[in-house]
This record gives sequence, structure tokens and C-alpha cells, in this order.
Amino acid sequence: MRVDLIDKEPSGPIQAVWEGARAIAAGFALTLKHLFRKPITEEYPEFKRPLPSRTRARIVLTRDPDGGERCVACYLCSAVCPVSCISMQSAEREDGRRYAAWFRINFARCIYCGLCEEACPTSSIQLTPMFETCERDILKLVYEKEDLLVNHGGKDPDYNFYKHAGVVTAIGGKGEHAGEDQPVNVRSNMP
Amino acid sequence: MIDMDLQTWIIGYGVLILKLGAVLLFLLLMAAYLVLVERKLLGRIQVRYGPNRAGKYGLLQPFADTIKMMTKEDIVPDAADRIIFLLSPAVVAITALLMFAVIPFGPDITVYGRRVPLVVTDINVGLLFIFALSSLGVYGAALGGWSSNSKYSLLGGIRGAAQMVSYELALGLSLIPVVMEAGSFSLVEIVNAQAELPFMLLEPVAFAIFFISAMAEIKRIPFDLPEAENELGAGFHTEYSGMRFGLFFLGEYVHMQVLGGLIAVFFLGGWRGPLLPGPVWLALKIVLVCLVMIWIRGTLPRLRYDQLMNLGWKVLIPAALLNVVFTGARLLW
Ligand code: SF4
Ligand code: SF4
Repeated sequence: MRVDLIDKEPSGPIQAVWEGARAIAAGFALTLKHLFRKPITEEYPEFKRPLPSRTRARIVLTRDPDGGERCVACYLCSAVCPVSCISMQSAEREDGRRYAAWFRINFARCIYCGLCEEACPTSSIQLTPMFETCERDILKLVYEKEDLLVNHGGKDPDYNFYKHAGVVTAIGGKGEHAGEDQPVNVRSNMP
Repeated sequence: MIDMDLQTWIIGYGVLILKLGAVLLFLLLMAAYLVLVERKLLGRIQVRYGPNRAGKYGLLQPFADTIKMMTKEDIVPDAADRIIFLLSPAVVAITALLMFAVIPFGPDITVYGRRVPLVVTDINVGLLFIFALSSLGVYGAALGGWSSNSKYSLLGGIRGAAQMVSYELALGLSLIPVVMEAGSFSLVEIVNAQAELPFMLLEPVAFAIFFISAMAEIKRIPFDLPEAENELGAGFHTEYSGMRFGLFFLGEYVHMQVLGGLIAVFFLGGWRGPLLPGPVWLALKIVLVCLVMIWIRGTLPRLRYDQLMNLGWKVLIPAALLNVVFTGARLLW
């Protein structure tokens, strides 16, 4: 079925016409053959293609293995977001652990770039492959913290920020975090 | 006696209206479903399904499209030449529909002792009538493009005018051998002359030239430069919306059927065929030609402007002229 037109120049007008006709006939044969092929279309609502786990769609706020909210309301995601669709209010618990009093993502503006997930120091904010979030009323696309919080760790299930951070909380005091030494007594630290 | 005359007149009028209604209904329904068939076949050629959501196998798609176009806003650009802008879609649709008036779709039949010819009107210069209308159809595209006052539309309109004027020559010349064979300009006579042999076998060159230039005339791929969507937006109908765009669209698909009908009449023996009644044969031939055109659309790329002009002026017109000479010589001996 292949017609090689490049490797040899047609030597005369008759040959040129012949080559041209052959090329056109090959094209018609090819389209005719395709007409009887099975379409490769994946018909969406009936068939949902399994998406890679790192597909960037609907955003969630995850929890650490103990069940605590991971978000420490550091505003990094909100600062990096190119379309400024994240807003929140930070607050602090009595034990010193920070959290977001409210947390809001406007999915009508989100461009699903994933920068918030990259900026997040606690692996809290994560994008998921769930993309069917259409609404007729655009205001329904504004998700509050309750809509965003899930009860698992997402792509990073074992990470627990406060186990590493050197801040005193209910999880650990000074020198009690993973890989942390006891504080040095500066007075005994003489040469 | 006067009563008899009046009666004949009224019955004749009624029959005419009936025929008109039948032809119009057939054309519009066919146009609607031709769109669907075209989208489906193009889809399959491109290894996808095409529309299959509205109704079973997408069979209700034409109705959905019609409802959509009827309910869309009819926008007239501020800078447009209003009256011409509003009228030109109608020109395209009307000239396309009118052409079918002279296409015979069956032999004369006798109903209650009355002879009813199965053609809306058999004028003895039917072929000239068709050329006149197809020349008028150019105005639809050219004026539509010009009056939109948009660069894309204007370019499309200019291309349309240039292309259709050049291909009209080849179109006309290619049919002269057919007229010579049949000895008449009337489409009914031309069909009758093919009782034994369809002209496609007698005049294969004329057939090829007519087919190519008629496709250029109705702006089908590979000759769709006036609406080249990837260079000109949508060419002469860029600025049209709603049902006015729908009329252009309708005109295009009615044109396809007219072309099918003309090819059937001039080259494939019109309504003649074994077993089945005349109108069915004509419809089958029209559908066949339309399918071939869809296949061509799915295969060939668009010609460049200079290639288009070269093909028209340097190949088709000389070939058509030579063909006239050869046919004349053959008929003389
Ligand atoms: S994915 Fe991008 S746009 Fe969406 S919230 Fe995160 S940073 Fe903003
Ligand atoms: S970057 Fe992470 S931890 Fe910081 S506010 Fe955003 S979600 Fe919370």
C-alpha cells in the first residue's frame, strides 16, 4: 500500500500522472480501510479511563497518620497560587499546634497547576485524579474546609510533620522529635 | 366548457403543489440526515464514532441541531451591510432548492386518467436554468462575505467568487457533449436519451470534468477555499450565527444533493434502473454520489489557491474543449 514518491523523480509527464494517480488511489484505499476499523474512541460516561495517581484535579486537605489535620496554615500555598484562589485564616491550639480556622478554595478559578501541592511543607494540600466537579451554579464551586478535608494521608500516608518539626506540641517536647538531639546546655559547652 | 378548464387548472395546480411539497420535504430531510451521515462517516474514517448521543445511533442529532440553531441568537455585526447581510443566506438556500425543480424523478405516471409527469417543471432549457441558478448561488457566498465587513469573510467571498466563476466555464463546457448526445437542453429528454446506455460510459471524460468542477462549484473539500476553516475562520460565513448560518449549511447540503441529482441525470441515467421505481433509483444514485463526496472529503487535503486556478484553467477547460471536439467528431461519423 505504501507509495514511495520521494526516492525517484518521475521521468516524464505520463509517469508523473501515473505516480499522482497511484498516490491518490492509495489515499482513497487507506481511508476506505479506516472506515471499517473499530473506532478507538473511549466513550466517556460509560468508560472512565483509569487515571495516574498523580493526575492533577480536585484538591483535598489530608491528615497525618494520627488523624490530625496536617495543614499548619502557613499560607505558602495561598502565596504561590498563580490565580490566588486559596484563602484561609490561621489559628493556634493551646498545645502550640497551628491550624486553619477556615480554609477555602475557589475551584472556579483554580487552574490545577499543582503549585500549592509543591509548596506545602506538611504534605497537607494534595491534588487528586477526581475531575468530575462540574456544577451549574458557579458558587457551588467554592469549597470550604469541611469539603476539602479527607481522613487519610493521600499520596504521603506516613508523613507526620509535627514528628519532625522542632516545636513543642502534644506530640513531643524539645529533643523528642525524630532525629532530634536533646538541646545542648550552653553553659556546659565550654572549650 | 369554462368549468372544465377551471377544473383542469385547479387540479393541475394541486398536483404541482403536491409535487413541490414532496420534493421540498425530501430535500430538507435528506439534507438534515446527510449532515449526520457525513459526520458519522468522517468520524469512522478518522477511527472515531461521530455523533451518537442524541437518540439511538445519534439519529435525532439533526433535530437537536435544528433546535439549537433556531434558538441561538441571530447576530448582525454593527459594521455589516444589514440588508445584504440578512438576505445572502437565503440566496444560497433558495438557488440550491430551486435547481431541483427541473430534475425529473420518474417516468410519467397516470393517475385517474390524467398524465402526471414526475418532475416539478420540465422546461426545455432546463440545463441553462441550472447554470443560471448556480451562477446566482455565487452571489450568496460573495455578497455574504462582502457584507459581513470582516476580513476573513471578505477573503472567503472573494475566493468563492473567483473559484466559482472559473469553474463555471469547465462545468458548462463539460456538459456540451451530453447535450450533443441527447440533442436537447431539457433534463427529461437527457434522461430519456440514456434509456440504453448511461452517458457515464459514453462520456467518461465529461463525467470526470463535471464531477470535479461541480465539487468546486459547491465548495466541497478539496475545493473549500472560500470557507477554509483553518485559514479564514469559516470564510464567507464567519460572521453568521443561528439559523442564518443554518441556511448556508442547508444550502451546502442541498447543493450536494443537487449535484448528486445532476450527475444522476446527466451521466447515470437519471431515474432509470431495473426493478425499483424511478424516484427510488434517483434517490439511490443521489445518495451514492453524496457518499463518494464524503469519501473524497475524508481523503483529500485542500488545494492551494494557485493549484486550484491552475487545475481549472489549464487542465479542466482545455480538456473539456477537446472533449467537445472529439464528441462532435464521433457524432458526425
Ligand atoms: S492547583 Fe494551582 S491554581 Fe489550583 S489552588 Fe493549587 S496553586 Fe492554586
Ligand atoms: S501550604 Fe500546606 S500547610 Fe501551608 S497553608 Fe497551605 S495547605 Fe496548609
